[in-house]
Amino acid sequence: MSQAVSDAPAGTKSVQAESGFKRFLRATEIDTRMLGMVGALLVIWIGFHILSGGTFLTPRNLWNLSVQTASVGVMATGMVLVIVTRNIDLSVGSILGVTGMVMAIVQTTWFTPMFGFNSPMVWIATIGVGLLCGLAIGGLQGFVIAYMGVPAFIVTLGGLLVWRGAAWWVASGRTIPITDDNFKIIGGGSDGSIGASWSWIIALVAIAFLAWSTFNARRQRHRFKFPVKPMWAEYLTFGVSALAVIVATFIVNSYLLPGPLARRYAEANGITMPEGGLEIAFGYAVPVLLFIGVGVVMTFIARRTRFGRYVFAIGGNPEAAELAGINTKRVTMMVFALMGMLAAIAAAISTARLTSATNAQGTLDELYTIAAAVIGGTSLAGGAGTIAGAMLGALVMQSLQSGMVLLGMDTPLQNIVVGAVLVVAVWLDTIYRRRAA
Amino acid sequence: MSTSMDTIADHGPAHHADTVDRSGPPLVEMKDISIAFGGIHAVDNASIDLYPGEVVALLGHNGAGKSTLIKILSGAYKRDSGEINVRGETATITNPRDAKKYGIETIYQTLALADNVDAAANLFLGREIMTPLGTLDDAAMEAEARKVMGRLNPNFRRFKEPVRALSGGQRQSVAIARAILFNAKILIMDEPTAALGPQETAQVADLIKELKKDEIGIFLISHDIHDVFDLSDRVVVMKNGQVVGSAKTSDVTKDEVLGMIILGKCPPGATPGPGAMRD
Repeated sequence: MSQAVSDAPAGTKSVQAESGFKRFLRATEIDTRMLGMVGALLVIWIGFHILSGGTFLTPRNLWNLSVQTASVGVMATGMVLVIVTRNIDLSVGSILGVTGMVMAIVQTTWFTPMFGFNSPMVWIATIGVGLLCGLAIGGLQGFVIAYMGVPAFIVTLGGLLVWRGAAWWVASGRTIPITDDNFKIIGGGSDGSIGASWSWIIALVAIAFLAWSTFNARRQRHRFKFPVKPMWAEYLTFGVSALAVIVATFIVNSYLLPGPLARRYAEANGITMPEGGLEIAFGYAVPVLLFIGVGVVMTFIARRTRFGRYVFAIGGNPEAAELAGINTKRVTMMVFALMGMLAAIAAAISTARLTSATNAQGTLDELYTIAAAVIGGTSLAGGAGTIAGAMLGALVMQSLQSGMVLLGMDTPLQNIVVGAVLVVAVWLDTIYRRRAA
Repeated sequence: MSTSMDTIADHGPAHHADTVDRSGPPLVEMKDISIAFGGIHAVDNASIDLYPGEVVALLGHNGAGKSTLIKILSGAYKRDSGEINVRGETATITNPRDAKKYGIETIYQTLALADNVDAAANLFLGREIMTPLGTLDDAAMEAEARKVMGRLNPNFRRFKEPVRALSGGQRQSVAIARAILFNAKILIMDEPTAALGPQETAQVADLIKELKKDEIGIFLISHDIHDVFDLSDRVVVMKNGQVVGSAKTSDVTKDEVLGMIILGKCPPGATPGPGAMRD
C-alpha cells in the first residue's frame, strides 16, 4: 500500500491555483509531452535548415524525409504495444529482412510466372504471403514468450539471429531484384506518388474526418451530460490540426517532378510538353499514406478495442489483469503476432523502395524502432505510450539522420549523435514523469 | 468504540441479532479444500460455508491460509483437492472468469487495479461495454461508473485520471465499486479497510450492512478484531492452513477468538475444526 500512501499528495496538488498556461492545456486537453516533441522537432528542423545553408526545409527534402520515415514508423506503432505490455522485440529488423526476402522470391519465382508480368494479382499475392509470414514469425515468438515463459528479451534476441540467418539461407546470400511494377509503387518514387489533385482530396477527407470525430466526441459527452471542452478549445484544436494537414499537403504538392521524369510522364499520358516545361507535383507518396493509414488503424486498435484496453491493463498491472479474467497470455502472443505483421508491411515498403531484397535489409532497424517508440513517450516500465507519439518519434529520429547526411557528417559520428540523443531524450522523459507523478 | 460496547462484547451476549436464515442450502460451501506450494500445505482440508445475507469473518495470522483459501474461491489459484458448491450445486472454478460467472466478486488486499487507466476502465476491466459496432463504449462505461461511484463516494470527480493519481481511499472505493457493479451474490473482501482512515472505514462498514440486506453473502478477511465483532455473523479461525474452529460471533468473546488465533484453542462456544489444539 506504500504506493497509495505516496500518491496521496497528488490529490491535493490539482486543487492549487493553476497558472493561465496550465488552464489552457487543461481546457484543450493537449498532451504536454506531444507539445514538447513537436517543439523538439521544430528545433531540429530549423537548426538543420540554418546549418545546411537552407537545404533542409525544402519540399524535396521534406518529401524524402516523409518517405524515409515510413518503414521504421510502421514498426514503431507496433513496438509501442510490445513495450506497453512490458516486453521488447529485438527481432523486428531481422523479421523485416526475412519477410522482404521471402516476398521478393515468391514474386519473381512463383507469382510473376503464374499470373503474368505486372498482373495486379502479383502484388496482392506477394503482400499476402509477406503478411502471413510476418504474422507466423511474430506469433511463434509470442507463443514462446507467453506460453513457454521465456523472457521476450531472449526470445527476440534469438530471433534477431535466427531470422537474419533465415534471410541469408532462403536466398543463399543473393540480392533478389523485384520485377513487378505495381509492387514498386508501395515504395514511393515518382510512380509511387499520388499527384496534386489526389493529395488535396485526401487532405479534405482527413479534415472532414477530424471535424466528424471532434463533433462525435462532443455529442457522446453531451449524451451522458458529462463536462465538455469549451467551444474555443474545440475550434482551436480542430483548426490547428486542419492547418497542419493543409500545410503538409501544400509542401508535398510543391515538390515537382524533375525535367526528364516529367517528360517521361507526359509521354506516357499523351500530354504534349509545353514550352516552359511541365509542372507535375509528386503529392503524397504511397508509403507515407500507408504509414499514416497504419497509424490510424493502430490508434483505433489501442484506444477503441478490447484488445487495446487489455494491452494497457496488462502493462499497468499484469496480476490485476489476470484477476480481472483477461487471458493475458493470449493477448501477449497477439501483440507479438501483430508486431510481426507490421514488420512485414515495413518490409514491403523498404523492398519496394530499394526495388530489391538484400541480406542486410533492416539491419539495426530494431534499435531505431525502439528508439522511436521510447522518444515518442513509451515507458519502458510498461503501461504508457501512444501510437501518435511513436510516429512523431520516428520522424524525429529520421530528421536527425537525414539532417546529418545533409551536413555531410560521417556515419560513425552520426551513430554517436543518435545514441546520445536517445539517452538524453529518455533522461528528459524520466524527469518529466517524476514531476508529473 | 465506547467502553460499554467492549464490555458487552466481552461478556458474550449478542450486540446484534443473528437474523441469518440458514435453513436453505448455503450460498457457498467449500469442502475439504487443500492446496500445496512445493512442500508447503498452504491450505489443508479446510471447509467453510456462507449463507445469503451472512458475513463470515476469516481470521488468523499472516500465513494461516486465509487469503489462499479465498483465492481458490475467486479462481486465482487452482485447488489440489476438495470441492466447491454454489447454491447446493457443484461449481467448476478454475480461473477468475469462472468465479465471476457464479456471481463471486473479490476485493483484493492489493486492490488489483490497473494503475495506468482510469476508474471506468478499471470497473469494467474484462467486462467492457461495447457499442453495436464492437468498439469500446467509453461514454456508457463512464456513465455507469459515475452512477456507482456516486453511491459509494459522492465526492469523487476524477474520472479522467489514471487511478494511480487517486488517494488510497479513492482507489479502495474503485475496487469496491468494481465488485458490486455486476450484481455480486458472493463478495470476498480481503482486508477492505487496511488502507483507510476512520471515516472511510465507517463507510465500508455501512456498505457491508447495506449489502447484507440485499441477501449478499460476504467473506471478510480482517486483522481488526473490532471490525470483525462489529460486522460478522460468524467467525472462522485458521492456523497453519487448517480450520481451528468456527462460531457464531455472538457465542464467543474477543479473548476466546484471540485464543483460537494464537494458540489454536477452541472455546466451548465454537465448533472445532481439524486444526484445533488437542488436549
